[in-house]
Amino acid sequence: MIRRVLLIAVPYLWLLALFLVPFVIVLKISLSDIALAIPPYTPTLDFSAGWEGIRTFFAGLDFENFVWLTQDDLYWKAYLSSVWIATFSTAITLLVGYPIAYGMARAPLEWRPTLMMLVILPFWTSFLIRVYSWMGILSNEGFLNQLLLWLGLIDTPLIILNTNTAVYIGIVYTYLPFMILPIYAALERLDDSLIEAAEDLGCSRLTAFWLVTVPLSRNGIIAGSFLVFIPALGEFVIPSLLGGSQTLMIGKVLWEEFFSNRDWPVASAVAVVLLLLLIMPIVLFQRNQQKQQEAET
Amino acid sequence: MKVQTLTLTAALALATAAGADEVRVYNWSDYIDEDLLTQFEEETGIDLIYDVFDSNEVLETKMLAGGSGYDVVVPSGTFLQRQIQAGAFQKLDKSQLPNLDNMWDVVLERTEQYDPGNEYSINYMWGTTGLGVNVDKVKEVLGDDAPLNSMDLVLKPENMEKLASCGVHFLDAPSEIIPMVLQYIGEDPDSHDTDVIAKTEEVLTGVRPYIQKFHSSEYINALANGDICVAVGWSGDILQARDRAAEADNGVEIIYNAPKEGAQMWFDQMAIPVDAPNPEAAHTFLNFIMDAENMAAASNYVYYANGNKASQEYLVEDVIGDPAIYPDEETLDNLFTTTPYPAKVQRVVTRLWTKIKSGT
Repeated sequence: MIRRVLLIAVPYLWLLALFLVPFVIVLKISLSDIALAIPPYTPTLDFSAGWEGIRTFFAGLDFENFVWLTQDDLYWKAYLSSVWIATFSTAITLLVGYPIAYGMARAPLEWRPTLMMLVILPFWTSFLIRVYSWMGILSNEGFLNQLLLWLGLIDTPLIILNTNTAVYIGIVYTYLPFMILPIYAALERLDDSLIEAAEDLGCSRLTAFWLVTVPLSRNGIIAGSFLVFIPALGEFVIPSLLGGSQTLMIGKVLWEEFFSNRDWPVASAVAVVLLLLLIMPIVLFQRNQQKQQEAET
Repeated sequence: MKVQTLTLTAALALATAAGADEVRVYNWSDYIDEDLLTQFEEETGIDLIYDVFDSNEVLETKMLAGGSGYDVVVPSGTFLQRQIQAGAFQKLDKSQLPNLDNMWDVVLERTEQYDPGNEYSINYMWGTTGLGVNVDKVKEVLGDDAPLNSMDLVLKPENMEKLASCGVHFLDAPSEIIPMVLQYIGEDPDSHDTDVIAKTEEVLTGVRPYIQKFHSSEYINALANGDICVAVGWSGDILQARDRAAEADNGVEIIYNAPKEGAQMWFDQMAIPVDAPNPEAAHTFLNFIMDAENMAAASNYVYYANGNKASQEYLVEDVIGDPAIYPDEETLDNLFTTTPYPAKVQRVVTRLWTKIKSGT
């Protein structure tokens, strides 16, 4: 009995320490007011004042910062633009990732570990360095433009760096393995005889693909899409390195609130709203995973 | 377990021992002659840990979060003033700073505006914000009578339209650009009136389509390589670009001009955080920096003017004789300073800046 309790307690303690406590701290700051002090918000919890201190502390909290978020169109535009950028890049990642996963699952058995390795290998280099190297590839004097100029395909360098196109390239590149791996896992388990049966029953190869392969890899597609969409929505590094001033993403807005405005309370409110926005896809993702597990057992 | 405890104790002992003669300095990037750092360690026997940052905002966030672990930091004037108000710094113990006598009254009376009585900080470097110009390219586009020393160059759409083809960068710092535009349109550059500040929007959106990038450090290399032809930036950075181009001998000639309409003057001040682990060593460092020859070595290296009168005799002619670094009397009178925005105004300014940059 005690062992069982302990076993269950460990993950909950983990969640409590690494998710709930930080969230409560952020939530608390989002209800505070900006102040010129260390730390730059008020009120702070003063235990030495006892019960009175705790009461004044709670009296000082309000939802003013959340009201502020609704009053300026910058915030919802940034949220909307982030959702759009995340959705669009998830779609491209799927289009690029699916054929790769399909090819991997169809490859001879002895090649598969190598192919898998090739997908995972870039992770051994720091994420920041990989995004940074895209700056070298996409800039006006960069490799891509030089190659295209050399091939005679273009006369003047294409302006790609510091545009939304560069952001899409960055996101698709970075998150591609998250799309490939779950789809590959789903396709690998696919029984070839099902396709043969479909073809025997008169399906063309293409119809068999749409009617058999795609539905059977649905769980992989859903899992992959969420794994790309969720981190892309709050992405900060990629838009700030590759994007231009017209790239509007909530991660960047949050940075500006925190650093340029020194407004920790509003920055925290933006973070809380972002989290609420993410809860929906995360819950859907969990449900999908659960259904899959149930189907397997 | 025992071994662990032992290692831990040893590590703790080591940490405290090292803390006794160690000083941690947090300064701007590319902002000192690194030989000075070695020299400091040799002269004083204090270990120097030197870290760098590239924006006042990053420094300020560390200061306001508290517990940064640094003994000496280098905020600019308006940021210093706000951080003093927040209680982030400790008063200097002037008895430990005999070299204070070397400081220059012309600078001292100006930094008093941010730090009354200069009680919390000493000046490290100062400079102006102005125009970095690739002379040949700009003349090629605008002709020989191009207004190289006027804000007309970057704030008149008809000029910018033509310059867009060779590339223009602006500092990504509203606290620099907005006062500059206010000065240009004849308003008080230090205005805290949001209606007055809002007038800059029209001017800036007029030229916005022709600005390639807002960035606060990339323009040094971009100017030096000839990738861009005009940058609105900090004097010393542009002079560094000039020298890099000269060293590379790539035929790029860069000049720096403080705009004739009046330029913003800024000051980078060294201060000691209130929770500095080793304030005594911090004072030793400040005193070392205020030594006339050391300060001159730093200025000779980074091409910024300093607030040290005694150092002037050790400055090379390239620095002290260059009116872009040490402006003559007339230009000096034409320079203005600004004060920090209150939180509510700051928010309007940042919002305006986002709007100008992104069009939303």
